[in-house]
Amino acid sequence: MSDTPTRKLAIICSKGSLDMAYPGLILANAARMAGHDAMVFFTFWGLDIVNASKVDHLHLSPIGNTSVPVPAMIAGLPGMEALATRLMQSEMDKHQIPHVREMLEILGDAGAELYACQLAMDLFRLQKSDLVPQVKDVISAMDFIDKSEGAQVIFV
Amino acid sequence: MPTKTYAGVTLEVDAEGFLTQSSLWTRDVAAAIAVEAGVPTLGEKHWKVIDFARSDTAAQGQSPGPRRIVVGSGVSMKDLYELFPKGPGKLVARVAGVPKPKACL
Repeated sequence: MSDTPTRKLAIICSKGSLDMAYPGLILANAARMAGHDAMVFFTFWGLDIVNASKVDHLHLSPIGNTSVPVPAMIAGLPGMEALATRLMQSEMDKHQIPHVREMLEILGDAGAELYACQLAMDLFRLQKSDLVPQVKDVISAMDFIDKSEGAQVIFV
Repeated sequence: MPTKTYAGVTLEVDAEGFLTQSSLWTRDVAAAIAVEAGVPTLGEKHWKVIDFARSDTAAQGQSPGPRRIVVGSGVSMKDLYELFPKGPGKLVARVAGVPKPKACL
């Protein structure tokens, strides 16, 4: 059991909406629960997930989302995005799904390695101090390629 | 059904090695399973987690995932990973003689 080589998951989070923040984080946590190594690379809109001032305010957009059964003209009305977000958040609270900030804390405590993308940080004019403390480092795309050697890469 | 012997007791296990007869579990069995799973000794905090996992499984009808264990046992997530490295999700259930948890957290 302890002789098998350790599996490694490398997850790229490129989206910043509330619904798309979870898949990568849940998978990374599941990998750690199962005894495998996990790293998460936050790039582009994914930086919103680890941005300290945005992590508690991620939104769900009902527009153009074929999984949300609301006609586009209605979905685009003022307040609809906030409503959709509130409904999703309350549903997740009922199922005791942790808020994104807590998911990051769980991941940090579970030993998953969290990294931010250098290029995206520059693009959005962010410093490491703008990010949640669980982010280990800001790294380049080539660094990610090196760190994910031998890992199963999942792009979200 | 395959069987394994721990601390002199022969027990049935499922395909992944989890005990199927929770009632035959003893602390000695747990200690033997722990050694096999790479946890050489079980300290006070280990038992806190194991005892919670067993009582929660009995009460809820399903085994708790790490997050529920952290909330219910008072042991922190960080500590849980130090106590049961290489996957507390599976390791706690294995040592506590309860089924592999189905929880995603």
